[in-house]
Formats: sequence, structure tokens, C-alpha cells
Amino acid sequence: MSQLIIQDLKVSIGDKPVVKGLSLTVNQGEVHAIMGPNGTGKSTMAKAIAGHPDYTITSGEVLLDGQSVLAMEPDERARAGLFLAFQYPSEVPGVTIANFVRAALQARLGENADLDATSYYKRLYEKMDLLKIDRKFTSRSVNEGFSGGEKKRCEILQMAMLEPKFSLMDETDSGLDIDALRVVADGVNKLRTGQLGIVLITHYQRLLNYIVPDFVHVMYDGRIVRSGSKDLAVELEARGYAWVKKELAAASA
Amino acid sequence: MGQITESDTLTTATVEETAAGSVAGIDQTAGDFKYDVKYDFDAGSGLSERTVRYISDVKKEDQWIRDFRLNALRTFLAKPLPTHWATRDLENLNFDKIRYYLSQGTKPKRTWDEVPADIKMTFERLGVPEQERRFLAGVEAQFDSEAAYSNIKDAVSKQGVIFLNSSEALRTHPEIFRRWFGKVIPTSDNKFSALNSAVFSGGSFIYVPPGVKVLHPLQAYFRINAENFGQFERTLIIVDEGSELTYMEGCTAPKFSTSTLHSAVVELVALKGAKIQYITVQNWAPNVYNLVTKRGLAHEEAEIKWIDCNIGSRLTMKYPGVVLKGRKSRGEVLSIALANDGQHQDTGAKMVHAADETTSSIVAKSISVGQGRSTYRGLVHIPRHLKGCKNNTECDALLINTNSRTDTYPAITVRGQDHAVQHEASVSKVSDEMIFYMQSRGLTEAQAMSLAVNGFVNDLVSQFPMEYSVELKRLIDLEMEGSVG
Repeated sequence: MSQLIIQDLKVSIGDKPVVKGLSLTVNQGEVHAIMGPNGTGKSTMAKAIAGHPDYTITSGEVLLDGQSVLAMEPDERARAGLFLAFQYPSEVPGVTIANFVRAALQARLGENADLDATSYYKRLYEKMDLLKIDRKFTSRSVNEGFSGGEKKRCEILQMAMLEPKFSLMDETDSGLDIDALRVVADGVNKLRTGQLGIVLITHYQRLLNYIVPDFVHVMYDGRIVRSGSKDLAVELEARGYAWVKKELAAASA
Repeated sequence: MGQITESDTLTTATVEETAAGSVAGIDQTAGDFKYDVKYDFDAGSGLSERTVRYISDVKKEDQWIRDFRLNALRTFLAKPLPTHWATRDLENLNFDKIRYYLSQGTKPKRTWDEVPADIKMTFERLGVPEQERRFLAGVEAQFDSEAAYSNIKDAVSKQGVIFLNSSEALRTHPEIFRRWFGKVIPTSDNKFSALNSAVFSGGSFIYVPPGVKVLHPLQAYFRINAENFGQFERTLIIVDEGSELTYMEGCTAPKFSTSTLHSAVVELVALKGAKIQYITVQNWAPNVYNLVTKRGLAHEEAEIKWIDCNIGSRLTMKYPGVVLKGRKSRGEVLSIALANDGQHQDTGAKMVHAADETTSSIVAKSISVGQGRSTYRGLVHIPRHLKGCKNNTECDALLINTNSRTDTYPAITVRGQDHAVQHEASVSKVSDEMIFYMQSRGLTEAQAMSLAVNGFVNDLVSQFPMEYSVELKRLIDLEMEGSVG
């Protein structure tokens, strides 16, 4: 069984420590929601694990199936089975989604192996049908002129095609209206087949009404300060982050 | 200089690989290899009247062309380097060190079996005979100064199409040759057109008779093999009334530590209602000065389209042009230039409107990588007395690193009331975020950059014939692979 272990992770942006000792273990098939107010280090953690060059991991460890990923380039981490669904995915002008995903899959094959075009498109269309995505969608350039909802669906489609072991989904609900949110959540739920482990980053509980997590963690000031079941999210929604802050202040006093 | 004698000595070749571990023609150093070749004719180093006479003697030329060459030499010597507007890197060219003529003889072979083994190996490795079988109507393969191979498929030749090496055509079809030769690009056009006119050798001559549509492309492949060498092919293409032709050229050279000069002159003539599409995909080694003059003359309702892809070389200066001489004629340039570290692509287009209701379009895309520099120069000229002319110019630059450089010099002169002219330019950058995004999908940094570049040129490349868009994509991949350290 696959396992992603984050051990006492500390991440800085420039000289500024942002993630200050975060530990989390995600097993294959589990969905872990990470909640917390803005600026608490959720996205920084996700990008650092994916290998973003602006984020320096100052200590700690990230193990994918027992292997450290920290010395790997971002693309090596991706090929090893990590996926980052971006909050703000980049545009790639002139490159269609179909060609982009194809290039990403081709990169997973050896130099002398060629992706079979027919079976590729067959699989692409199957996934698009599964996610209820229109056929015309993949002939558009990646994220160019996309609405918020289209960008997120594009991320989910890539996730479906690349079949990672673990996906870090960064604020997948941001910028979505309720209908778009439902569509995206439906897509994620269809990919919850027991194979994929998900770390779902959000600061609203409403996403968790649609993607029901196995575990909920509250992140504050660069650390996980509370963990629990899905009920924790509901409690958090009712009482607000001020509640967590107050508890923490009381604990450290 | 050796004694001029007919020679068909077959030399045994030894392979000298300048790149280790390369597999036949399919890696980034595809053109970077060299086989030892024995030359029967060698004009030696440096340029003088003796050099020019030697070339004429080898080719057994008529007096008029001998005079033409010597005249051109004087023009070349009299003209200064154009460094008042062009890069001073031109001053690093040492005309005394260059070898102006090297060949194994002046008669190209009609079958690959007859091509001497030492030369044939090069073209086989570059995949030329295979491409010929797959999709071409005819091929000319030039090795240093002369064509080693030249052949046209029977079906095309039966339509009356003439496709010869220009040295040969000068002997066998002097009447058509002389009528158009030097008429589109006069000797004195610029210093390098004068140089070419003095020492030209090889290149293609094509004549398509009226009403003939040549269905498959004719192709020329230009290969520089020798160090300190100058290749000066001369191409003249005449497409008669209502006819159509697509011509493609490819070029490579091995990587030497010394500089190599490639200075071609290409003249196209499209008679009434004719269509010419001229496609270049060059992949010169980074020591090559590529200083080429290309121009077409479009008669009434004729159409000339240049597709010009410049990859590699140390310095390329090339501005394919169309003189729109006939009413309702059309000119088009699609240009892609990729300047990698240490390279300067100074490219663009010229459109000279000389008749009513003429239309021209220029789309130029340049990519600068690392310290690479790209320059767009465009000239559009529409004089006052004409009516109903149109020009559309679009130049887009993509910068891959922060120290890349791009410059745009569009010179658009439009006089008169009744014309429509449009100019757009843009500069964009491949951001670190975009590269990280692509890497997070499993693409290596080089693959990510390559994909970004291919995306940038995609709308242009989709207009190319399929075989060439595949080739161009491959070359971009190879360039980008080499640019990531």
C-alpha cells in the first residue's frame, strides 16, 4: 500500500519561516482535508512538497513509499506519483490540453517508447466522459482564457489522466460558484476509487459537504494544531478560526 | 590550387565523429558529424580574381558568366560591410581564410548508388534518400560547392519541369537561365549578394512550364562538410503562368571551432497567376555565418510565400522579400527564428508593393534563449501612386531567460490614401511559474521549455506541410534540450 509521510516539515520563503514543523501521514485511498485561515502555510506546504524552487525546505522529511522526494526535481516527484492541483494554474499558450497531457504521459515512458495515439485518445475520452467534460474542451490551449471552473476541471482531468499516487489539491474550491463547485467535487469523488490519496486544502467547510474527507486537520501558524474526523470541519465552520486561535493562546499561556 | 582535370577517383572514407554516442541522425547533434572526404578541386584559401577564374575553369563557363563573376568580385571588394546598421560581429569574418570552392567534380549523380561512398554516407545519415522516397518529387543534394546528387521523378520531368543543379543549368539551359538570372537580386544589392555572384556554385535551377501543378515538393539539401569553408549556392526558380510549385531546403554543417560562411542568393519568379511556396528549415552549427539574400518577383495575380525557419548558426541575416510587380499579386512571409546562447538571428521580411491591389502579409515569431539575441527587421513599402494595397505585419517575440534579448525594427512606409496597413508586435516571456507548472506534470525542464516554444509557434507551424512541421518540432526539442544546463 502506498503511503505519503510528511515528518516535521519546515519551509521558508526567503528568510521567513512559513511552515514550522508539520507532520502528516496519508495512506492510499484516504482523503485528508487541511483547513485553516489565510496565510497559515497551507499552500506553501503543498508547493514545497511538489518542489517549487521558491520554497526552501529547511528541515524535515517527505517520504513517498519510504523514499525521500526532497532531492528530486519537481518533474521527478511528479513521475514518482505526486500531483499538485494548482490554486492558480498557469496558462500554456498554444498547447492544447490534449497535447499537454500527452506530453506529460510521454515523459513517463522511456526515450525510445512512443505513446500509442489511438489508445491515448480512447482513454482521454473515457476520462472526459467520466468527468462530464465536453469533447471540445481538450482542443483548447491549457488554461488560456478559462473561467475559474474550467481551470479547476482542467486540473482534475489531468489528475485523472496522470493517475498519481497522491494528489495535493490546493484551494480547489476557490473562485468557484456553487454549481462549478459541485461539478468539480463530483469529478474528484469519481476519482476516489481507493487507489488515490488526497490532501485537500481549503479554508471553507463548504467544499467538504461535497468531498467528504476521512480526516480533517486544522492548520495554524505553520503547524497542524488539531486533527479529527469530518465533524471537526463542521465544528470549525460553526465556531470560526478564532476558536482555534483562542484555544492555542490558552494552551501556550 | 590543383591542376584541373576530370577525375572520378573513388576515395575510401573514414568516419570522424565530432559528437560521441550519437545515433544516426536522431539526436540533438543530428548534423554534427563529419566524414573525411578527398576533394579533387580546391580553390585554396582567400579570394582574388584567380579564385574566381579557377571556379569558372572548373565549370568550363562561357565568357558572359566569367565577366559577370569578375564584375561582381569588384563590387564585393568595393562595398563596405553593412555595420552601420548590422552587427559588428560581421567584422570577425576573415575573407582571406575562407575556402571558396571544394568539390569532387561538377556532375551530380542521378542515382544514390553512383554517389561516392564518402559523400553518400552523410546524406544517408541525414535521411535525405529516405525523405525522397517518402514524399518528394525530386531532390538535389549539395555537398560543399557542388551537388553530389540531383534527380527528379519521371512523372514530374514528363510534365516538362526542369530541376537541375544551377551549375548544370547554366550549361544546358543558358537561354532561360540568362533571361532571369540576377534580375530579381542584382549583384550590387548588398555586399554578400555581390560575393555570391562572384563565387557562386551549386544551388537549384527550376523551371515549371505554364499550367503545371507540381504535386509534391522539390527539395534541396545543403551540406557543409569542410572547415573554413564558404558555401555560395545560387538558386533560381521560374514558375510560368498558372503553375504551382513547393520547394523546400534543409541545411546542416558539423560544428567546427573556426567559422564557416554560408552566403546564398535565391531568386524566385512567379509569372502571371503562378504560386510558389519556398520553405527553409535550416539547422546550422553555431559557428556558421549565414548571410543570405532571398527575393521573389510576383507578376499579376501571382503568389509567393516564404516559410523561413532559422535555427542554429552564429549569425543569420536574412530577410526574404517579395516584389509585388503585378496587379493583385500576393506576398507572404512566415518566419520563425530561434536564437540560443551565443547566437544572433537577425531576420525579417521585405514587401515592396509596385502595383495596385497587391497584398502582403508578414508573421514573424522569434524565440531568444539564454544569451541568444533575436532581431526582427521588416520593410514594407507602398508608394503614393498605387491603389488598394494591403499589408499585415505581426511580430511576436518570446524570451526564455531574463538575459535574452530581442529587438524589432519595422520600417513601414505607406503613402497615398487608399491602403490598409496593420502592424502588431508583442513580447512575452516563459515564466518560472509556467515551467514549474509543466514540471509538476512530469515534464523535465527542457521538455517544458520545448513545449512552451512549440506552443508559441504553433499557429504558424500548423500552416506548414506536415513533414516540415514534424521536423521543426524535433529541431526545437533538440535546441531546448541543449539549452538547459
